[in-house]
Amino acid sequence: MNMIRDILNWLGTTLKLMTYNKAGFIGFLATCTILVICLIGPFFIPLDTRTKLDKIYQPPSTEHWFGTDHQGRDIFSQIVHGGKDVIYVAAVAAFLSTFIAVTFGTLSAFAGGAVDGFIMGLTDIILTIPQFPLLAVLAAFIKLDNLTFLGLFLGLLSWPALLRAVRSQALSLKERDFVEAARALDLGAGHIIFRELVPNMMTYIVISFTLALTAAVYTQVGLVLLGLVPVSSSNWGVMISLAWTQGAIFFRDAMWRIMMPILAIALFQLSVITMTRSLELAFNPRLRTMV
Amino acid sequence: MSTSTTVPESLSAAPTVTGSSWTRRIIQNFYVRRIAKAVFTIWVVSTIIFFLIRLLPGNPVEQYIARLIETQGMDYENARMQAAALFAIDLDAPMWKQYIDYLGNLMRGNLGVSITSPGTTVTSIIARFLPWTLFSVGTGLILSFTLGILLGLMMAYRREGLLDHTLTIFASVVSSVPNYLIGILLVVWLGVQWKVLPIAQMRGTMSPGVTPAFTFAFLYDALFHAFLPITTYVLTTVGTWMLSMKGSTVGTLGEDFVTVARARGLKDWRITTAYVGRNAALPLFTQLTIAIGFVVGGSFLIETIFQYQGIGYVLSAAIAQRDYPVMQGVFLVITVSVILANLMADFLYGWLDPRIKVG
Repeated sequence: MNMIRDILNWLGTTLKLMTYNKAGFIGFLATCTILVICLIGPFFIPLDTRTKLDKIYQPPSTEHWFGTDHQGRDIFSQIVHGGKDVIYVAAVAAFLSTFIAVTFGTLSAFAGGAVDGFIMGLTDIILTIPQFPLLAVLAAFIKLDNLTFLGLFLGLLSWPALLRAVRSQALSLKERDFVEAARALDLGAGHIIFRELVPNMMTYIVISFTLALTAAVYTQVGLVLLGLVPVSSSNWGVMISLAWTQGAIFFRDAMWRIMMPILAIALFQLSVITMTRSLELAFNPRLRTMV
Repeated sequence: MSTSTTVPESLSAAPTVTGSSWTRRIIQNFYVRRIAKAVFTIWVVSTIIFFLIRLLPGNPVEQYIARLIETQGMDYENARMQAAALFAIDLDAPMWKQYIDYLGNLMRGNLGVSITSPGTTVTSIIARFLPWTLFSVGTGLILSFTLGILLGLMMAYRREGLLDHTLTIFASVVSSVPNYLIGILLVVWLGVQWKVLPIAQMRGTMSPGVTPAFTFAFLYDALFHAFLPITTYVLTTVGTWMLSMKGSTVGTLGEDFVTVARARGLKDWRITTAYVGRNAALPLFTQLTIAIGFVVGGSFLIETIFQYQGIGYVLSAAIAQRDYPVMQGVFLVITVSVILANLMADFLYGWLDPRIKVG
């Protein structure tokens, strides 16, 4: 019973802190809405796969909210169904790259010396190699037909910038008084890392995760546009890619077909990035104790 | 290639190099260390490429041999010889010898021959298409960097005003939407829906009949064709510059030296440019180095969208047709240009802020 109350308390404080930044809170609400539509929506809205020749390229109406495509299919149902794969791949990539960045960034900052030199040297090198061409060239060699594998592949190459940020954060935390005090009290490495450092780095970790999420959406859709990811099911990237390769973007009536997936991706990216402003407040341990 | 090049930071932190003072001075020299790092990075990238081409199971050399035997009825020996010629690799030599030869070939600029257009060397393809990418990406980045710094400065001086709020919203929107989507939007709206721009004529790098020369007509034509890619680069990067410049300027405005400059009665314009602007723009140069890689990297989708025949367009065509020699050559060249651009940005930074050369 106590635990439930604690959790509810924690949630309440978090939400209250998040409302302090209005733009960030709107971003948070928008992100939640998109997630709900993409993850739960498919169970309620069936994917329209029937070709209806009399309803090709219709503008939005009460029957078809986002209009219809070149085969008369409902675009709204495609948008609802097209989000989960994109978000899943991005989440896998973001988890992996945040994990690598946080683990090795902290390690680098605390170990110092040769370990730090090696990790930072490697990071610098990978950071200078243009990522998108590297991914595209690699994708030409490796078959990326599995969503989880694609996510891991993206995550494996997108940690360097995050690692540098985490390392510099850890370096500055290392010298703070409260860490010094914990060390003087001989509280042990586990206590210092998980009770003192991680809560203070939580803001960084969460923001790194959201930024990695948007970066993964960027590269993923880019690879789809280049035709390098043979994903069979329809998702936002594939919708744009098909409209692109079939020349629909040069066709005036096809506007809704090309605009809706673009808007979906743009809105998702914008909401997630705006949400970081609120996350910054919600995970800041200093603000939390003040409430 | 000593191991010390991989760990420049630790060298500066704890000078472990012993020896006469001038060798130490060379090793710890800012420029020497940066150049060594650049060379090392290029070596790592070429090694990765060699690994992909030669060592991976089912690598392109083996695939190409198999395809020749299958489609052209060649016997194994002939197919092998042709593949060796295309990739500029001696397949009979031991692996380490192949690796050394490969590095030697790279240094001489021999990158092999294209599979899809036989007889064309990869080097000549690069020489023909690279200048256009350098021109469009370079112009775009310089424009957006300058514009972003000016707008950011303005936002910081008029913060919380209408201009600041409008520009902040604009900046957050354009910097979060993927650049290739902005490219597609430009085509859809400016070209198709509103018909403001003749997008079909704007494709390519030059109009038919125009030859490269130092004339106004050529420059106009080049800018006409590069207009959409450049606009995309500017639109998608300017937001980041504006927001960072604003934040950095607000921080600088509170510094003591600005107050002192005001107390000395210096003109506002001089304080803004020489005291605030210069110092506030400094941290942005580190971001510029990351941006160069990102923009060059993303350029190959932008060039594909606008059918602008630069190096990125060639790369995406080569990837689509699995033309491996062109792919490896172009990827290497893109990486090397990013590394060189980083090196230049580092030197520029060192020149603008002498403090970092010592550290």
